[in-house]
Order: sequence, then C-alpha cells, then structure tokens
Amino acid sequence: MSFIEYSNLIQDGDVAIVHLGHNSVTAVKVQHGAQTQTRFGVIRHSTDLIGQRYGCKVTCSKGGWVHVLHPTPELWTVALPHRTQILYTTDIAMVTMMLELKPGSVVCESGTGSGSLSHAILRTIAPSGHLHTVEFHQQRAEKVVEEFKEHRVDHLVTVRNQDVCKDGFGVTGVADAVFLDIPSPWEAVGHAKAAMKKHGGRLCSFSPCIEQVQRTCQALTERGFEEVRTLEVLLRVHNVRPVTLQLPDFGPDSSSSSSQATEEAPPSAAPNPASLKIKTTTPPREMPGHTGYLTFATKPRT
Amino acid sequence: MAQNEDDDYEYRIKEGDHIVLKRGDVYKAVQIQRKKKVIFEKQWILLDNVVGHLYSTTFEIASGGTLQPKEDKETESSTDVKVAGTDNRNIVDDGKSQKLTRDDIETMKEQGLKNEEIIQQLIDNSSTFNNKTEYAQDKYIKKKKKKYENTVTVLKPTCRIIAMMYHGREPGKICHLRYDTLAQMLTLGNIHAGSKVLVFETCAGLVLGAVMERMGGYGSVIQMYPGGGPVRAGVECFGFPAHFHDMLHEFPICHVNALLAGTLDTGAKDPTAEEKHLNAPAEQEQIQPEAERQEGSPADERMETNTGGDAGQNREKLEREKRQEAKAQERKVKLEEKRRKLAAAAALLEGRNADGLVIASQFHPCSVLLGLIKFLSPSRPFVVFSQFKETLIECYTKLKEQGGTVNLMLTDTWLRHYQVLPDRTHPLLLMSGGGGYLLSGMTVATDHSEPPAEEPAPKRQKVKDSEG
Repeated sequence: MSFIEYSNLIQDGDVAIVHLGHNSVTAVKVQHGAQTQTRFGVIRHSTDLIGQRYGCKVTCSKGGWVHVLHPTPELWTVALPHRTQILYTTDIAMVTMMLELKPGSVVCESGTGSGSLSHAILRTIAPSGHLHTVEFHQQRAEKVVEEFKEHRVDHLVTVRNQDVCKDGFGVTGVADAVFLDIPSPWEAVGHAKAAMKKHGGRLCSFSPCIEQVQRTCQALTERGFEEVRTLEVLLRVHNVRPVTLQLPDFGPDSSSSSSQATEEAPPSAAPNPASLKIKTTTPPREMPGHTGYLTFATKPRT
Repeated sequence: MAQNEDDDYEYRIKEGDHIVLKRGDVYKAVQIQRKKKVIFEKQWILLDNVVGHLYSTTFEIASGGTLQPKEDKETESSTDVKVAGTDNRNIVDDGKSQKLTRDDIETMKEQGLKNEEIIQQLIDNSSTFNNKTEYAQDKYIKKKKKKYENTVTVLKPTCRIIAMMYHGREPGKICHLRYDTLAQMLTLGNIHAGSKVLVFETCAGLVLGAVMERMGGYGSVIQMYPGGGPVRAGVECFGFPAHFHDMLHEFPICHVNALLAGTLDTGAKDPTAEEKHLNAPAEQEQIQPEAERQEGSPADERMETNTGGDAGQNREKLEREKRQEAKAQERKVKLEEKRRKLAAAAALLEGRNADGLVIASQFHPCSVLLGLIKFLSPSRPFVVFSQFKETLIECYTKLKEQGGTVNLMLTDTWLRHYQVLPDRTHPLLLMSGGGGYLLSGMTVATDHSEPPAEEPAPKRQKVKDSEG
C-alpha cells in the first residue's frame, strides 16, 4: 500500500480504509496482533486483514461485515482526523486542475493543516514532483510529517514549520504552483511569487470571506499576477430513491363507462386508488452551501 | 548568457508545436505550420512570427495577419480620466452622444490607428462621457477595449485550457462536459501516474487527454472505442511528447464480449478488424483501401505488363503499380500493427485488474458501465459522466441490484464565477446552467467470487518503515 501506488494485498503497516456502509468510513493502521472495534464487532488484523485482498468483505465478530478499501486521497479526506477545517474533494479537484498539477509538478502549499489537500497533491505530482508545505503550528507540522511517513509519501514532501507570511516557503524560483489556505493570504503573495519559477506558474488562494478575496486580488494585481479569477464550486448530491405517487380518482368516466361497463362500482368503493412508482432523486434536506472562494492567478514570466 | 538561452529552450514556441491562441476568454487550439493562415476571432492571422518567442507572449496583429510581440504591457489607466459625474440623472439616451459615425471609425481602422487611439477618439467625441460616474467610465473603456482589441496571446496547452476551450467553443462535441466536472472525474477516479486506466469516451479525446496528462506517461491507458476507430482530436491539442503515446492502448468495444468469454482471437487474421479499418473516420482511408482491395494482387499483374514494349507507357504503368504495391504493403503493415495493438490491449485487459474506469460518452452509460466494470480490480474507483441524470439513476439502480460496488454517489457540481473589483464585487451575471452529472463509486469483491486469501502476502517486500 501507498497513497501513490496501488497494491493488491493488505500488509502489516498499511493504512486501510474500513467501509462501514452508507458512506461511513474509518482509517485503520494495520498491525499484527491489533484489533479494531466497529459497531459490527471486532476486526482482528492478523487474521481478518493481513494477507487479504483490498476490496474484500470482512465478517466481524457480531456477524456484521465491512469492506476494506485501498487508501486513496479521497477516502483519506473523509476518514482523516481533523486538526483544522479541511478542504474537501470538490474544491480539491478544482484546485488540482486549475493549478495544472501533473506528475513532476513542484508545488508550494500553506498551511498544511490536516493534510487533506497535501495528500491529493502528492498523489498527482508523484513520482517525480515535490511538495513544499509550510505549517506554522508546530504540533500540526509534526503530526503531518508522521502521517506522510506512515503513508509512504514522505520522499515527495518537505514540511517546514514556519510562518509563511513572514518567512515564505523556504524555497525560491522552483514552484510551478502555489496554494494558499491561510487567514491573510495577501501577506503571502510576495513570498508566493518568489517561490515560483522564473518562467511563471499558477497560484490559488482559498478564502471563506469575500473581504479576504478582495484584498488578495488587489495584492495579486499589484504584484503583477495576471488572469486573476475568483470562483466557487459546490457539490450537489442526489439521493436516488423510488417514489410512489398516488393518482386521484376522478370517478367513473361517463364516456367510457357508458360504452363499456354497465355495472360499475360506486366511486367510493373503488379498490386501492391507482398509484405510480417512479425512480427519481431527491436533494438532501441540507447541504454545504459555501466552503470558500477560490482565487486563481497566473504569474507571468519575470 | 548561453546558459540563460538553454534555460528558455523548453519554453520557446517551435514549429509544429500545438498551441492555444487566447483573447479575452476565447481560446483556439492550432498547430504551428509555416505559411498557414488560421482564422481567430474573425481575423486571419499568420503564425510564422511566433516561432522562437516564449510561451505566454502577447502579440499584436499587424496588417496582413502577421504577429508582432507587444512591446509593453499597457497599464490599466492608459486613458487618464479626471472628470466624472456622480449619478446618471442628467444622462439622456438620445442616441446622439457619440459624434463619430460608423464610417469615421472604419476610416480610422483603415488608417491603421492603434486601438488605444481609436478608443481615445471615441471618448473625446462622446458628449456624455464626462458626466458618467467613474465606474461607468471604466466600464465604457473596458467594453471598447474588448471590441477594438487587436492582440492574441500564445499559450502552451494544458488540460485546464483545453477543457475550457472545448466548453466555450464546442460543448456539443464533448457532451456538455463542463471543466469543473472533468476536474471531479479525474480526482474521483484517482487518476495518477503508474496505474492502469480504462477510458471510454466520445468527447473528442478531451477526457482521454486529461487522463493522459495526469498520468504523465507512467502506467497505461486503454481507450475502449466504439465504431471504426478511436477519436483523438482533443488529444492532439495537448501536444504530448512522443513517449506519452507508448502508454496509450486501444481496444474496440465490439470485442469486449469475446474477450470476456475468452473467445477473442488476436493472432489470426480477423476479417472484422479489416472491415473496421475500411470504415475508419479518416476520409482518405475510406476510399483508398477500397480501391486497393479491388486490385487483388498487384504483384501478378506486374509480371505480365513488365514484358511490354512501349517504354513510356510502361514506365507510367509500372510506377503506378509500384505505388499501389507500396500502398498495399503499407496497408498490410498497418493491419499487422493494428492486430499487434489489439493483442497488446487484450493482454492488458485479460487480467481484469485495471485500476480505474472513466466513462464519458453519448452512449447509454448503463450497458457501458456494466460491461467495463468487470475489468476492474476490487477496491478501485470508477466514474461515469452523463449529460442526463436519468441515465445515471438507472446505472445506480442496476449496480445496487448487482452488488460489487460501494460508496455510490450521484452528484453534479455548480460553478459560479465572481467579478472582484473595489466596491464592485458580485457574482457574474451569467453562469453555466449545467455541466452534466457524475456517478462515482468503488469496486469491491463480490461474495461468491472472493477466494479466501489466495496466497500469503509477500510481506515486507518494501523495506520502508512500517511501524510508526
């Protein structure tokens, strides 16, 4: 297992994703002799996981079962322990494409936070790219280093524990893309520019508030960034379900009844009123209506 | 200095490069060829001059369509405005505020005036301009600038640009797949270097190109194609280096059943493949092979005619036959190549251990998905795009009945752009109504076919840290 390479069998030391049904997942570190409690009962790693194939069905002690999935950045995003607010897959997908990330890209990111976006970036830039990520919170920085190691992607990433607004990214002239998810991105725009390649590159800033966006856009324009675009992308989930709709009873149809049936039951005595079953989707009662504004810009050649 | 030159080499525009022209929000993909005229935004332009310049350079279109790199980037406040009104209470729309007539403007254009100068003339001759608010003046200038804009920027193609270009220019060709939806597909499909991905698309090759870009030449992509051959116009636009094509395989969808049943014969001569070849979309191929087939064996014919007397006539004939023979030979080689490719793709598929499946087509996705999902390993993502939600509802229902998948999600994304300007920030007035729907999920082992732990895992094959 690795977050950047598929393998077929579950091995000791892997991080496996246990799918408990109904889009509920949890991450498990596979270890000989270890056990994991789920609401379906216990999973014994040595017998239930190690040596099994990813995607297999595991029957737990209480007779319930779960599926064990190969880790991906997307599954990690929904399973990871939150230390901060995180970016979700919908925004991550947009960021990845609009920053033009691909194998070999060199990316700067700040802050690292819980590492949700970091894992997705690493997946995309592997095997030859590199991520320089900056997190000013020491504990979070240490934790994420540990995770990168466990997930076997640490060779692709450098974590720096410093303040990006004051000290920058710790690299200059190397980045193809920069991502900012910090409270005052406008203070880091200069450092972002310095971190980017002389030949130019792409920048993205994620901010929940429009005032932050305005200051960022202004800073970007002042620093000579071009193609400054702000957008917002929202995921809409459609719940598929059958719906049964009743048809009203209009009573006996005079034209048809006169020609066909002379003996007609009174309307009130009609058996079950007809109904129609349709397959449709319903929107969730509530949905996330805002995550953040994504501001993209191009650094021209300097 | 020399090092500096070397440094820039890969960023320079070269002859034969696939590039994207950009003006405002309008993109057009072209290939650079000497003396070839292209039409962009109602103007004929010649691309010869852009060769040797750096990518992202903005060019001005001179008379005759030749391009000159723009000297200095115009500063935003090139037209200094001092006087401005506060509101529009005294501005009357009498249609006479502009003193210049259409003919005047045309004459200015013919005189070769720079667009900035034309705009300044328009401002000077507008009686209401100075009464407009500062914002309205700004808007006026922007609008005119856009109209008399005479520049074009040359960009290096990327998935972002090509997806936006197709969505803007030819949404019908890509089943109205919006770029944010494509972005979701690549992420939900966990497309990355080193995996084995199946792609079925009728989006002109855009989706295929996007997948290839994300894989960076590592791993393999198998394009499952309907009809006579795979469509890859969109892939061309990406201008991938040659080695990217080594990872690209193709497999006709009409052979899927045979492959699944184990009856696909890739070794022997396959008459259907030949037939397919004749129906290939390229027009030339459509006619030429037909003619050649009539010829039968040109070699025999040559034997007879070779002994004839009249030299001139004979030589002509001989040459023609030689050409035909060469063509027949070429065709034979092509067919052989095709068979070899089919065998290679079949071999990749036979293990039924693909790492990802991406479907985006005008076909009913249900049968496509149910047919192709069989080639995936367990615990691998798949993603299906459809312009219509109803077709995906059916897919969802079928998959639920059949089992073998988890995390099924039917989604779409909503995309909104913003104008961000001091005191004038708001969502753009116009937004895209819909970019299609996605059904995504993950395969799992089905109950009956799940063998109990085939063999002990090759533990600690990777001697990296495992305890942490």
